[in-house]
Amino acid sequence: MWLKEKNGASVTVVNVGKAETEPTLRKALAIGADDAIRIDTDPTDGFYVASQISEVIKENQYDLVIAGRESIDYNGGQVPGMIAAILNWPFINACVGLELDGNNASLIREIDGGKEKLSAGLPLIVGGQKGLVEEKDLRIPNMRGIMSARTKPLQVRPASEANVKTSVGTFEKPAAKSAVKMVDAENVNELVDLLHNEAKAI
Amino acid sequence: MSVLVYLESWEGKFKKNTFEAAQYAAKVAEAMGTEAIGVAFGNLEDDASIIGKYGVGKVRHVSGSDFENFDNHKLAHAMHSIAGEHGANTVIISGTFNGKAIAPILSIKMDAGLVTNVLSLPSSVSPLTVQRSVFSSKGLVDYSTEAENRVISFIPNAIGVEEGEGSAEVSSANMAAMDTPTVTVNEVDRVKGKIPLPEAERVVSAGRGLKGPENWGMVEELAEVLEAGTACSKPVSDMGWRPHTEHVGQTGIAINPDLYIAIGISGAIQHLAGVSNSKVIVAINNDPEAPFFKAADYGIVGDAFDVVPKLTQAIRDFKANN
Repeated sequence: MWLKEKNGASVTVVNVGKAETEPTLRKALAIGADDAIRIDTDPTDGFYVASQISEVIKENQYDLVIAGRESIDYNGGQVPGMIAAILNWPFINACVGLELDGNNASLIREIDGGKEKLSAGLPLIVGGQKGLVEEKDLRIPNMRGIMSARTKPLQVRPASEANVKTSVGTFEKPAAKSAVKMVDAENVNELVDLLHNEAKAI
Repeated sequence: MSVLVYLESWEGKFKKNTFEAAQYAAKVAEAMGTEAIGVAFGNLEDDASIIGKYGVGKVRHVSGSDFENFDNHKLAHAMHSIAGEHGANTVIISGTFNGKAIAPILSIKMDAGLVTNVLSLPSSVSPLTVQRSVFSSKGLVDYSTEAENRVISFIPNAIGVEEGEGSAEVSSANMAAMDTPTVTVNEVDRVKGKIPLPEAERVVSAGRGLKGPENWGMVEELAEVLEAGTACSKPVSDMGWRPHTEHVGQTGIAINPDLYIAIGISGAIQHLAGVSNSKVIVAINNDPEAPFFKAADYGIVGDAFDVVPKLTQAIRDFKANN
């Protein structure tokens, strides 16, 4: 939305999910997206989702595809890179800054221990990360937006054929932490001793 | 069948994560009854034969102008081509920012099953089954792939590194011109002289309890005696007290060091999501009710400005005597 206001664009939001995900799409419409597409199937794994979204991208003319960092459940972070490979588009992950000038994009990407400044041509796919839009520019839907979102187009389309390549087995909770050992603030040597002899951490 | 491993380097040097990846690959290869082959890129200052110390017998070195800077499509293309040459069906990649960019692209090229955020060695290699972290470290799940080819990206510091003996045989690999989308790297800005967070074995982290950026000296001092990386909570990075690269938590970096010391951080669930895989957690907070104490192994209730310098001195004394 921030780019839309700055550069002028039409924004489509797309997701892969059943009907219960529609409120999220409506919310995106309420903060300014122009239309929405929901691919009506369960998002089984990263490859399956990437295949579905790639089909939508192939059918329409998009210049820029922005994805989030990872899903809130499996935290896979796989989809944007896979789409980039399927479509053979340039891909920037962990993107924390994006400016457009005509068909050229200048980007900032987070790397281990620092940042990288990059440039790439459109079309382009970006995996965003906190910082891509500054906190002050983040939007919440207002009443007018919510009302207008009701009448904006939301297309539901069936899933296309794609394989699922991974399967989920048994879930487990991480081993519970044993109760915390408190050390007196006056006795930091005891902590050093515990860290060395008991925890073997130093 | 063989196992391929991405050997990441920065400015010509291999990183600790790279050695861990090599070791991971060597162990997977052993379980599969085959060999592990490393792939290194760009101008190398380090002698790639050192990868042999971690159980990888062969290294293919890809150089040339296309590989001087990081380019995810080009690297994935080269890895794919070398995998074909060696009949590799399994690829190991450390989940650094660069690793995370390559893994999904390579998985498509190889038509492979991709498992990310892996926390341990596979429990089975056929079909491949590995345990990975889900729900922001609140759960673990066994993930399997029946696909013939597979790409595993593990969380840095998942299995640790043990240096052994050995020397890898290094040979160059030539890449023909590639028809991949291009991204140009204009500038790389890396913090010098500091231990990058994802590969730090020990991390000292501080939050709003420190009251202002001018008070970080003692955090850095403690980190120095521990040879630790420094980190911070989200509010601290949002207020600009510390750079975003230090922010650990759900929306920042997820880390799993051997030791995590949290100073003046209350322990909100979003913060814990990024650090709860740490092997040992120490919380220092003046509020005895701080939720962090429930997630910690050791706790001290006290004023950070009093406790931290004392702890630094105690560790300094301990190191001098041991």
